Parts: sequence; structure tokens; C-alpha cells
Amino acid sequence: MVPVYHYLFLGIALFTIGVVGVLTRRNVLIILMSIELMMNAVNINLIAFSSQLQHVTGQVFAIFVIVVAAAEAAVGLGIVIAMFTNKATVNVSEIDLMKW
Amino acid sequence: MLELIVFYTFATVAVVSAILLITRQNAVHSAIFLAATLLSVAGVFLSLHAEFLAGVQVIVYVGGILVLFVFVIMLVPTDRAVFERRYNRQGKVALAVAAILVAELGYGLYSGRDIEFAGPVAETVIEGNSQWVGTVLYQNYLLPFEIASILLLVAIIGAVVLSKKPPSEEQARQTAGNSQGAGD
Repeated sequence: MVPVYHYLFLGIALFTIGVVGVLTRRNVLIILMSIELMMNAVNINLIAFSSQLQHVTGQVFAIFVIVVAAAEAAVGLGIVIAMFTNKATVNVSEIDLMKW
Repeated sequence: MLELIVFYTFATVAVVSAILLITRQNAVHSAIFLAATLLSVAGVFLSLHAEFLAGVQVIVYVGGILVLFVFVIMLVPTDRAVFERRYNRQGKVALAVAAILVAELGYGLYSGRDIEFAGPVAETVIEGNSQWVGTVLYQNYLLPFEIASILLLVAIIGAVVLSKKPPSEEQARQTAGNSQGAGD
């Protein structure tokens, strides 16, 4: 049995990489991919504790997280398509209509 | 020992391909590294004896979400982006924020290192991971499950509405003429 903190370290690493990706990249598709990465990190934590406590609720919540990730990807990619038809760019730096 | 080796193999692949994901210029390469990360996270789930979740991860993430990403990359020509700057100007701030985040999470983990887990807390343990997940999902979490299905329905409608092309002026005039004719 691998100690639970190994899994938590993996979760921290993936979540932080996702945060860095969201904050630094300019391509909106890669930003969405980084968000998926962060959701995966959360899932690892949930399932690690579910396995540690022999309680399956964590896995049920991981299923809900996956549902939310799927919905987010569908709507997010729809927004990307709408953005591209209107402004012909996927670069978030050029979407600055509401920027002061 | 074997479990540790399996876990570290999958974890290393996951972290390395995640780092490659956020540093590649080409979005298609990022999608491929996202596939590698997701598959190795599925392997980590297997090492946690969450077989059902591992299958769901492969089917939903790799088979569904990732294919959606690749489709959008195909629809949106990214050849112009290859010549553009990859990162925005807040890179240093972002790294500082990430360092603070790591320090915070690491401190939280370190300060909780002595907490003893109270052992198994489940009242009933059902043989078979999928059966157990299914029983708990449909008995204790039926309402959240139904709400999740409504959320997916809303997401489908939202995605269709968002990616629909706005009607051109000519089309709009035609539709208006038709409805006027029908009114007469």
C-alpha cells in the first residue's frame, strides 16, 4: 500500500502545473487543457482518500467532477468556436474588449 | 514494493507530460501530452484499486473530451499561432504565485503528517469496485446524479447555441419575409 501522501504530492504537482499553464499561456485551447489537468489533480486526491478510508464516496464525487469537466469542456470549446468566428483568433491577449 | 514502483512510473509520466503540455508551441502536441497525462492518471487510479474510475477516465477523458479538443484544434487553424509569442507577459508573477501555492500546499501536507487515519469508516464493504460505486451512487447520491444529468443537458444545449453561426442579414430578411407571409 503506497502511503497516501505520495498521492497528495502528485496532486499538488499536477495542480500547480495546471495553474502555471492557465496563468502563462496565451492559447485558449491550452488554457482549457490546463484546467482539465487541475480537475485530474483533484480527482487523484479524492480517490486517494477514498482508498485510504475504504469509503467509496470519494469515488462517487470523482464521477461528479468528471461530469463537470465534460460539461466545462463542451461549453468552453463552444465559446472557443464562437470566439474564432467573431474575432479569428484563439489568443486570449487579443480578447480585450472588456479590459480597462 | 511493486505497488510503489507502479505508482512512481505512472506519476513520473504524468508529471513530465503535464510539464511538456504547458510548454509546447503546437496545440496538437499539447493534446498528445494531455492524452499521456490522462492515461497515466488512469494508471494511478488502478494502483488505488479504483478500477471503475480508471475505466471512466479512459472512456470519458481520453475518448470524449480529448477528441473534442482535437476536433476544435482541427477547426481552428493554429498555424498563425506558431509564429506568435507562446507566453504572456505575466510569466514571472505566475511563477511566484505557483511557488506560493506549492509552499502553502506543502506546508498543509507537512503539518498534517502525524494525523492517524481512523481506519475504514464504511459500514458495508461490497465486493467489486464497480458494484460498490454503483450501489452508493444510485442509493445515496441519486439526486446529485439526476442534477448532473441536467447539467450535461444544459451543457449540450449551451455548446450548440454558442457554436451556431449568427444568421447572415440576407437569411434574416428571408426568415422575416416568410413569417410575414405566413402571418398574411
